[in-house]
Amino acid sequence: MQSTAHDFKGNVGAALADPNLQDSLAKLKTGFSERRRQAAERLPEFEALRDRARDIKNHALANLDFYLEEFERKVTALGGQVHWAPTAEDARRIIADLCRGVGARTIAKSKSMVAEEIGLNEHLEALGIAPIETDLGEYIIQLRREPPSHIIAPAVHLTKDQVADTFLEHHSRLGFTRRLTERNDLVAEARQVLRQKFLDADVGLTGANFLVAETGSSMLVTNEGNADLSNTLPRMHIVLASIEKVIPTLEDAAVLLRVLARSATGQESSAYTTLNTGPRRPGDLDGPERYHVVLLDNGRSSVLGTEMQDMLRCIRCGACMNHCPVYGAIGGHAYGWVYPGPIGAVLTPQLIGVEEAGDLPNASTFCGRCESVCPVRIPLPRLMRHWREREFERHLTPRAVRQGLALWAYLARRPRLYRAVTGIANRALALLGRSDGRFGTLPLAGGWTRYRDFPAPQPGGTFHAQWKRGRWNRGRWNRGQGSRKR
Amino acid sequence: MSGGPDEDRARILNGIRRSLQRGALTGDPRKAAEARLAEPPRGPAVARANLPPAERVELFCRWAELNNATVARVSAAEVPREVSAYLARNNLSAQAAMAPSPLLADFDWASQKMLSLRRGRAEASDQASVTGAFAGIAETGTLVMASGPDHPVTLNLLPDTHIVVLRENDIVGGYEDVWRRLRERYGKDCMPRTVNIITGPSRTGDIEQTIELGAHGPRRMHILVVRE
Amino acid sequence: MSNPVPPQSSPPRHVALFVTCLVDLFRPSIGFAAVKLLEEAGCTVDVPAAQVCCGQPAYNSGDRATTRRIARQVVDAFEGYDAVVVPSGSCGGMLSHHYPGLFDDEPALKVRAERFAARTFELITFLVDVLGISRLPAHYQGIVTYHDSCSGLRELGVKHQPRRLLAAVDGLTLREMSTPEVCCGFGGTFCVKYPEISNAMVAEKAADIAATGADTLLAGDLGCLMNMAGKLKRQGSPIRVRHVAEVLADMSRNAAIGEPEDGR
Repeated sequence: MQSTAHDFKGNVGAALADPNLQDSLAKLKTGFSERRRQAAERLPEFEALRDRARDIKNHALANLDFYLEEFERKVTALGGQVHWAPTAEDARRIIADLCRGVGARTIAKSKSMVAEEIGLNEHLEALGIAPIETDLGEYIIQLRREPPSHIIAPAVHLTKDQVADTFLEHHSRLGFTRRLTERNDLVAEARQVLRQKFLDADVGLTGANFLVAETGSSMLVTNEGNADLSNTLPRMHIVLASIEKVIPTLEDAAVLLRVLARSATGQESSAYTTLNTGPRRPGDLDGPERYHVVLLDNGRSSVLGTEMQDMLRCIRCGACMNHCPVYGAIGGHAYGWVYPGPIGAVLTPQLIGVEEAGDLPNASTFCGRCESVCPVRIPLPRLMRHWREREFERHLTPRAVRQGLALWAYLARRPRLYRAVTGIANRALALLGRSDGRFGTLPLAGGWTRYRDFPAPQPGGTFHAQWKRGRWNRGRWNRGQGSRKR
Repeated sequence: MSGGPDEDRARILNGIRRSLQRGALTGDPRKAAEARLAEPPRGPAVARANLPPAERVELFCRWAELNNATVARVSAAEVPREVSAYLARNNLSAQAAMAPSPLLADFDWASQKMLSLRRGRAEASDQASVTGAFAGIAETGTLVMASGPDHPVTLNLLPDTHIVVLRENDIVGGYEDVWRRLRERYGKDCMPRTVNIITGPSRTGDIEQTIELGAHGPRRMHILVVRE
Repeated sequence: MSNPVPPQSSPPRHVALFVTCLVDLFRPSIGFAAVKLLEEAGCTVDVPAAQVCCGQPAYNSGDRATTRRIARQVVDAFEGYDAVVVPSGSCGGMLSHHYPGLFDDEPALKVRAERFAARTFELITFLVDVLGISRLPAHYQGIVTYHDSCSGLRELGVKHQPRRLLAAVDGLTLREMSTPEVCCGFGGTFCVKYPEISNAMVAEKAADIAATGADTLLAGDLGCLMNMAGKLKRQGSPIRVRHVAEVLADMSRNAAIGEPEDGR
């Protein structure tokens, strides 16, 4: 998909002015975080499981080549085939060739962030193959030709009324001519429309939450059941997964499953967790005749062994964005590409370049709430800071910021000069702001005073000036509320 | 761009090794990884996945219901009648597709004169299905379905109503117990083609973050827990 | 309530105050409140003259080289004290959690930075966790809500300590926000680099504060306080905004943040 990450500030303006989006975000901010908190509290071992989940992913990454080869060996032994795609373009070509090989006209597609990353739908459409998104949220945004705004809730930015309008517009030619007003009716109508698409599809394409090296299985975690229909009904199942999805064993999967759903939606378990291992077996009455796994690198192998490696632990639960106050203010589209929120702020510069996505790691207060909920303990603020360092090293930081920093650093390293300058600033501001105790406007502080007043300094000089003048005037400061009752 | 499948494969694997500053995994690290695959270490023990049998069954039932399934505790003799009764209670027609499993064949289905059962995979027109389950997981009230000639996957997914017959003895504590049973039954190197691990009916929260049941899979899940 | 660090049998006596640049420039009373609290707890307080800033503006802008130079200067200036105390979770987190990592490739400096980090404390946690203080002779008539500043909360575990001391203040009632742990949108340079996002965040915080019905907002970081006070004042809110140390030191007679000294 075309990135708009370079126009992050423009995107932010649009997001803050969108009342439907703001309504949706208000709900998201309280819902997800409260449900996660409750789920974590119900499982006393949750924190120990997070530690273990982190360790498992670290171990898998340190031995990634070994586990990928093991995974491939097992898939092949059971009649499946593994394809290696160094780049997005390679993955698109491999999938297109597989689809054309079976004369595919339509594909039942289950939500896959990696497919978004490689722009698969546009590519297939250009070849005359119709990919049909079957996850309800993805289906809605596919009809609206929008990108997802959240990695597990792609249509979270939309209201029920917007969905109703979209369905009326697209379903009326299928005979559904009534505008629906209830959520359950909307879900039922989508079910009915998509059921036929599943039955007609030639290929089912899914992502994977985990690839299990021990068994050669792809593991998928969903709530709707669309992924299972996608990998059961069509005659070919293609799994598209990035290389860091491989984990050693089923026991490791158990640990990761215990933290995944709880972190994502606060569920004890998602409705469907599915292990697929190879194609239909002799005697089976259903299931795909062919099973392919496409392993995508797309730059991930180059992140290994660097200070950024921790980002590869991500299991795509979405907890970081559910808890991010910046995401909560602007939603997912403002980030401008596939992955929004804190994980997007570290992944996107890696995948499409820090020149394009340089704003994303900067648009954070480093509040640390993302790291505090990450099930695999990715130090997201630290990774964002590393990007800022790379931007600074490469002179991508805006000039005004660099100049301001240079001036400040010059003073900060000369305490006496610093005291002289701050002493003047303190006295000037205190004098000017004396009558109100604050400023409504202030030169060079427009970003602040556009939205808030700027508190004036207390009169009497800086702390250091007062301290130097003979410690401090106990009479002046050493008073409680005393008799001055409000 | 691409130099063929083998070169693409080598490019990724060599890229990984270059970044990790080593060649292919050899020596002790390789042995350690191989040992990890051969004898998978378990994660932190979860207390509620390690209860004695009676409490385990109780916990299973409680979580299954919290996850929007319904549960009936029955004897083996009561299974056919409960299937009929469930369909009747929900105003569903007395017909279902049933898994062609020898375990289900043992029940006295003939006792239900009005109930029409077709053994085989599910078709789009089927409104209800009856299947067994490979296991139940007490930890989360979850069912485990292993695919095979006796358990087509479509039965778990296509019909609106899924009725599951689960023996108490097949209710285990946690996921790890399921993995052990899968390895015992199918061999360590051969998982069933599909293992559906299912917790309650299908659902979606994709419209305004409000849960609606029956997104694509069954809207209703009824579990018959059979006393031994 | 349990203390993460047990009170020491012989508590650190000789304490250096790291004033922080915002307290120095905008609100010296917080620094004096800290001095008073420390002295009354039996400490001798020094304010090393060579201190300026902890280096966060450079650190968070990706300028690692400048950060290291400033960090070195700070470590040098605070040599030889039993403890370094900071009336800010954000600067405290910088000194105690981020300094050692700046010197990964200079082992000798790293050791010094680690030793420095280990004896650096945020003011309120120092009083409660290190000195073992559980109540202070302060009076404050009012309903107070307390905002958990991010670095203090998540890097230093500042959560129960201020609440414990506030609960013992004569006349004070504590009333919690619905989300006291959510960032106020200050974020240092963030609030001027991304003013629209910052505004959306602080507007939500202001609404949460107002919904408590409290007449006073307290927190442990002046940056966050200036941000929230600025928003509340712009909205015309009568809520008074202060650093928690001012109330605990019984030094709350001067004007609140963003209000004129002479009162109304």
